[in-house]
Amino acid sequence: MIVLEKRPQPSRVWAYATPLVAVLATMIAGGLLFAALGKNPVEAIRIIFYDPLFGEFAYLDRPQLLVKGAPLVLIAIGLSLGFKAGIWNIGAEGQYIIGALTGAGIGLAFYPVDAWYVFPLMVIGGAFGGWVWAMIPGLLKVRFGTNEILVSLMLVYVAEQLLASMSLGLLKNPEGRGFPGSRNFSDFPGASSWISQDAGMHWGVVAAFIAVIFAYILLNRHMLGFHIRLTGEAPRAARFAGVNPSRLILFCLGASGALAGLAGLFEVSGPAGQVSIDFGAGYGFTAIIVAFLGRLHPVGILLAGGLMALTYIGGEAAQMGMGLPAAAIQVFQGMLLFFLLAFDILTNYRVRFSARKAA
Amino acid sequence: MPRTRGQQTNWEKFMKLTTLLTSAAMALGLATGAIAGSDKLKVGFVYVGPVGDGGWTHEHDQGRKAIEAEFGDKVETQFVENVAEGPDAERVMTQMARSGAKLIFTTSFGYMDATINVAKKFPDVKFEHATGYKTADNVSTYSARFYEGRAIQGTIAGRMTKSNVIGYIGSFPIPEVIRGINSAYINAKKVNPDVTFKVVWVYTWFDPAKEADAAKVLIEQGADVILQHTDSTAPLAAAADAGNVIGFGQASDMSEYADGPRVSSIIDNWAPYYIERTRAVMDGTWESVSTWDGIGKGMVGIGEITDRVPADVKAEALALKDAIASGAYHPFTGPLNKQDGSVWLKDGETADDGTLAGMNFYVEGIEGSIPN
Repeated sequence: MIVLEKRPQPSRVWAYATPLVAVLATMIAGGLLFAALGKNPVEAIRIIFYDPLFGEFAYLDRPQLLVKGAPLVLIAIGLSLGFKAGIWNIGAEGQYIIGALTGAGIGLAFYPVDAWYVFPLMVIGGAFGGWVWAMIPGLLKVRFGTNEILVSLMLVYVAEQLLASMSLGLLKNPEGRGFPGSRNFSDFPGASSWISQDAGMHWGVVAAFIAVIFAYILLNRHMLGFHIRLTGEAPRAARFAGVNPSRLILFCLGASGALAGLAGLFEVSGPAGQVSIDFGAGYGFTAIIVAFLGRLHPVGILLAGGLMALTYIGGEAAQMGMGLPAAAIQVFQGMLLFFLLAFDILTNYRVRFSARKAA
Repeated sequence: MPRTRGQQTNWEKFMKLTTLLTSAAMALGLATGAIAGSDKLKVGFVYVGPVGDGGWTHEHDQGRKAIEAEFGDKVETQFVENVAEGPDAERVMTQMARSGAKLIFTTSFGYMDATINVAKKFPDVKFEHATGYKTADNVSTYSARFYEGRAIQGTIAGRMTKSNVIGYIGSFPIPEVIRGINSAYINAKKVNPDVTFKVVWVYTWFDPAKEADAAKVLIEQGADVILQHTDSTAPLAAAADAGNVIGFGQASDMSEYADGPRVSSIIDNWAPYYIERTRAVMDGTWESVSTWDGIGKGMVGIGEITDRVPADVKAEALALKDAIASGAYHPFTGPLNKQDGSVWLKDGETADDGTLAGMNFYVEGIEGSIPN
């Protein structure tokens, strides 16, 4: 009989080891799944996990990992601040879209002025757009006590409608023969977020790394970071310690909104290239998973973002190279999260094999 | 801070685990070394939906299978499904090109800029982009004149409707879709002057839940014929639930609803084109072209018209099909006015391809406005 025994202290070793064990378990269970589909499991796992990093074409895949991972990390860092304090911004996808619209809108308004100040203005616009969109659930919560989960989520759908409207109307490419979608930023170098397309470097990647560092400092060295952690872990103690909950709510939602808006701006002016109806590809929702996968820790989020990007890129290669269906890859990604959360129990509990009979 | 003994051993265990994992990963890498290259022509497909959508992507995949059937072991095909338009598409195309594909079909309008970008990086790889308008030395475009099929649907719809309300599920307000609405409306009006169209925009190509909702809304508003420009069978399922409502298969025959609401269909038949283009790459005769074929060339097929349609209406529809195929009739023949009442085509005049390709207006008589 197996008994779970609560550890007096969470195990530091398991906290670090569970991600690795989960990856290994995913490889085994996923391998079984692929074998059941009649594919060589070893080859599939190699294509997904190994080839993008060290394979023949890794020099092309590694930059793509940065491109795919950067928005996830940038958004997840912002979300983690709120999540730590028990403030649930579920609408990062909406803030991401609005940030892209405001930032791209500023850039397109300047077209074709190729001046140094265009891109910085777009960056400010993107962050501002995301911030404003997150302030709506923030102010409603502070003022009227509404639920930020619902409000922020609902605003995603509003943002998607706005995106469709902008792609078909205000921001539509005047030279696009009536087709939806804005001008492409690849034809507008002054407003492009690319630093080096071959290296997968755009300002969003830089911003993601900076965000990781700032979040780390904020949480570990700054009073505000302490207040965030305290509010999440012991709300009563936080109140006694003089934490102003309204200010904290507005800060956490605002920061996560601004970062999501930035991610949207960097994406629209770089990898995506244009405002289009399908611009919102779900980064804002995937980032929630990344935040938890990374245990709401800045460095963990960085690694988790990389891992998610790896399964996307390796998964596509496996579809192409081995004819694995897209659904099998999604199941595989799901397994990874499932095992991570499942093994997480070992951080807080010890497994004992005892002879004691069930009562 | 001094570490206790216990923590140290734990740390060692952890390190051992890492070593184990690293060596396991390396073993995986070594076990299946390099895969030998081959002389086969690799043909890649990028799909916007799942191959099991029963519509648009399904038919492209039929075309892929036709290539395999035609050329046997001289070709190798590969595909990636559910690829979002945007950066993901560009990455998938890049992966395909560098993994040795020499011909790549990108099968959604939204892949246009991505296709052009990737084509620039791989001048030796030929690209075929469906429904777009940007070409390059190594990028062709191809599309089908689906509006020809819409004319036949419109004729059947106009004859069959009792409520005189025809519901239309639009995907995105782009020229392709607007053209279809206009064509169906013009030809429905010809046989039934009292007909009105209600259009619902769902902003997706494939989303069974949204499509079903749209169909239900249209049926509630009195529509007894549902035309769809989305790829799932959900609207037909909604029509079947409602009872006296008919619909049409879209992109694929959707013949599983032939006993119920489906009275005919527009079938995208890409196979002949895909085989022709693959052969051209093999022969070294591939050139960048813009292809826009219709019923005449077999790219647009009209699915079996069921017995639910009276014999005279069926005969009328088939006669129209023959007239379009032979070129005797053009679905956009004047006199036609734009929605605002201004003259578009004079009596007997037919629309030119340029106007059709960029069509962004409704013809006179359609209510509502194109969203923007």
